Amino acid sequence: MADITISNLVKTYPGGTERATDDVSLHIADGSFTVLLGPSGCGKTTLLRMLAGLELPDSGAVSIGGRDVTYLPPNKRNISMVFQSYAVFPHRSVRYNIGFGLQMAKVPKEQIDKKVQWAADLLQLTPYLDRLPAKLSGGQRQRVAVARAIVVDADVLLMDEPLSNLDALLRLNFRSELKKIVQDLGTTTVYVTHDQSEALSLGDQVAVMRKGRIAQLGDPLDVYDAPSDRFVGGFIGSPPMNFVDAAVTPDGELVVGDQRLMAPSLLRSFGNHNIVLGVRAENVSVAKDRESGYIAATVLVVEPMGSTILLTVDVEGQTLKVQAPPSFRTAPHQTIWLGFSPNTMRFYDRETSMALEAN
Amino acid sequence: MSQATAANATVDTAPLKRQKRNRVLLQLACLAVSLFMLVPIYLISLAALSTRESLNKFPLSLLPTSFSLETLNAFLGSTGVFGALGNSLIVGVGTLLLSALIGVPAGYALARFAFPGKEPYQLFLLFTRALPIVVLSVPLARLFLTVDIYDTTYGVILLHTALALPTTILISASVFLGVPHDVEEAARVFGCSPFSAFMRVVMPMALPGIAAASIFTFVMSWNEVLGASILTLDHRTLPAQVLTSLADSPLAYRFAGGFALVIPSIIFIAFMRRYLTNMWGSTIR
Repeated sequence: MADITISNLVKTYPGGTERATDDVSLHIADGSFTVLLGPSGCGKTTLLRMLAGLELPDSGAVSIGGRDVTYLPPNKRNISMVFQSYAVFPHRSVRYNIGFGLQMAKVPKEQIDKKVQWAADLLQLTPYLDRLPAKLSGGQRQRVAVARAIVVDADVLLMDEPLSNLDALLRLNFRSELKKIVQDLGTTTVYVTHDQSEALSLGDQVAVMRKGRIAQLGDPLDVYDAPSDRFVGGFIGSPPMNFVDAAVTPDGELVVGDQRLMAPSLLRSFGNHNIVLGVRAENVSVAKDRESGYIAATVLVVEPMGSTILLTVDVEGQTLKVQAPPSFRTAPHQTIWLGFSPNTMRFYDRETSMALEAN
Repeated sequence: MSQATAANATVDTAPLKRQKRNRVLLQLACLAVSLFMLVPIYLISLAALSTRESLNKFPLSLLPTSFSLETLNAFLGSTGVFGALGNSLIVGVGTLLLSALIGVPAGYALARFAFPGKEPYQLFLLFTRALPIVVLSVPLARLFLTVDIYDTTYGVILLHTALALPTTILISASVFLGVPHDVEEAARVFGCSPFSAFMRVVMPMALPGIAAASIFTFVMSWNEVLGASILTLDHRTLPAQVLTSLADSPLAYRFAGGFALVIPSIIFIAFMRRYLTNMWGSTIR
């Protein structure tokens, strides 16, 4: 076990003009679970591969447990990795696959057998130990890949979208299983995903990446509740955060179109500004009749989701997604009323898209 | 009842019939192609395994009625044939090993690394095949005379390796492209050096494809006549030997010679084919 320090890491792929990672610095505490989250091409996998030694940076440094590993080959780093496409060795049995790392480390045979048995029990692979991976399902193959990664006594466990090749139900089940395994193991883990729900549910800390840079780093709930810019808010959450163009009057009131909203005190310092209001679908309360402080909206689409109803509504020409309780009855073209509570509203600068802070 | 008949009446079965007919035609075409290959082999085997007298009879029996090893024994017993068979085996296996030794790493490099001149290199590889073997062999014969490997199996192995390398390299390159890169990376992460990752993981996965390439090499070497005849005098390979003595030999000898030439490569292909498909319970992906 060890902490990881990444400092000013820059990588440009040969033939590429944009930086895959652009001066990324990040500290990952010993034993923590860090998720690198972002859309494809944001540099998250490149960053992970540089931790693994599968790519070498142009400049910057990586150290694991205080030891500089920036340009060390993968086999000299004492790491372990789960690949997106499983990458199990198809020509060898499950047993051999799981024990591979230990065998390479020249661990005595009895000890390998014991650890392989332990991992197989943990991941329900015992009946398949002597089969070839070709005879396993995708989910089982991914279990083999995880078992292979956890038997070695690595400083750092790296996971590159390990769940993305599984079907939806399996992914949900395996996600919680994976979380428990990694928690019990206590190894420092770096996990790459483009799935925001995985990031929120697994991570101790989430680094949202965009265009080779870390857009926001923090506790999953913080990242969800208080996105540091519009990109993060729009990327995390399902549905993503709503963004509404609004204005602040000189006396600190919030105006959307012609309608007035209750404004939090934070906005007083931004009098006479055009801003963007960010609010999550579940933080908007809906009502059929006018209530004080509520604004009018026209229903466009009604999508019952089971536990909630997702409404797409139009407010002064801007489209919002809001959640209503399942008992809420409405239909397209009806007018409903939306309420925003001041402490769930987030505000962003219209030009820079950055979150506004009281000053 | 009436509903069922109504449904039957409206179903157009013509596409189904057409599909069935096409399937039958396809089977017939396969059969015809197979017969085209198999009939000559059968006739040669029949003649090689018949008595001398039965060959001169008319009409010739198309069923093995007079089985005898006499013809074949006579052929194998005639001067030079047994040695030539040995030479052919040495040259075939030698070519296979040498071209694998050079061609497999070259194929790996083509598949995995980007290097300047990669495209021209691939094109350049095929140049050896663009030249007629005679054009290659005569200068080679001169060269081999000066370095004193003329009329040896080594010389023929070198020529055949040169001929086989383009295909060995290109086939193994495509085989290595089929081995997922991340499997190799997984091996590296779990403690392998680049070389041991290649030997422990990449090579075993590529082996079926490499075996296919080696079938090709072996059969090519086994059948190559012209170069082998030019480069040797007393140490001929079997086809070269048969070719030189073919014109002035009895009919039975020719059949036996043909049989002896065909059978080993068929056995070799059959053996390698089983090896191919039984590798890990699946064919090449």
